Amino acid sequence: MELTWELVAFLGFAVMTLGSGLMVVTSSNLFHSVLFLMTSLFGVAGLFVLLVAPFLAAIQVLVYIGAIAVLMLFVIMLTRQVMSRPELYNQQMAGALVAAAILFLALLFVLTPLADEIGGDVAQVNAEVIAEADDAPDVDYITVEELGRAFVTRNGFVLPFEVTSILLTAAMIGAIVVAREDEA
Amino acid sequence: MLDVYAPVAPLFILAILVGGIILILSRLMGPSKPHARKVATYESGMRPIGPAVRRLPVQFHRVGMLFILFDIEVIFFIPWALVFRDLGFYGLAVMGVFFYVLLIGLAYEWFAGGLEWEQ
Repeated sequence: MELTWELVAFLGFAVMTLGSGLMVVTSSNLFHSVLFLMTSLFGVAGLFVLLVAPFLAAIQVLVYIGAIAVLMLFVIMLTRQVMSRPELYNQQMAGALVAAAILFLALLFVLTPLADEIGGDVAQVNAEVIAEADDAPDVDYITVEELGRAFVTRNGFVLPFEVTSILLTAAMIGAIVVAREDEA
Repeated sequence: MLDVYAPVAPLFILAILVGGIILILSRLMGPSKPHARKVATYESGMRPIGPAVRRLPVQFHRVGMLFILFDIEVIFFIPWALVFRDLGFYGLAVMGVFFYVLLIGLAYEWFAGGLEWEQ
């Protein structure tokens, strides 16, 4: 396989995502776990950029790192006893290993035929794609404008788009009800 | 196609280098004479009282949760706002329905006192 800058960047972001993901589950301080989770999510944002989805990458940083991880920090600080976890491992470890192995095999089973379908020689396909891309720079590039059109067109995503507002409203009401002090 | 992001790479490397160099230099060159009062938690020069780790009021969680929701709503507006002149009245109507449902949520939040800090 040829060593391109994209490959270097991919490896960097993959190591960042997986390495911090490992630190999330092995760190003994929950607060540190969330900080590592932020790094892991940033790695995912980098992978989105490599997949030519810059809007998604920006949202990943904005929502996941900027809002959800910060909310997780709040939740950890809301509870008195959760800051440190004395025991990292429990009896369910064997079961978790089996479940992870099954999930890995299932993913392998699903993804291998897909990779074959794209073409056994991935490097060959990559070279073709790059050759094409030089002629037409905007091959698979989905702009934010196209996303906006897809939100509202009838054969696009107009129904999921409207249903999202109901989901957000339900979440809003849920947030109020959960944080209420009286009827606990 | 990804070449446009190439200038970001030096930025990343520079940020990591600067952060690392500052940490290493301050450790190497700074005087280190630890003392019980020096290594204590800084509390405006006063003697620290009580534990540093305290429970936060639950209001922070509610505000954070509502912030996420409005954050996501705004993100749905961005792609629409870029093309809404081309979409005409139809686009306005679609976003109107989206916005109206969210207004119901906002109204509930307002009347349930979710926007008040004190309950």
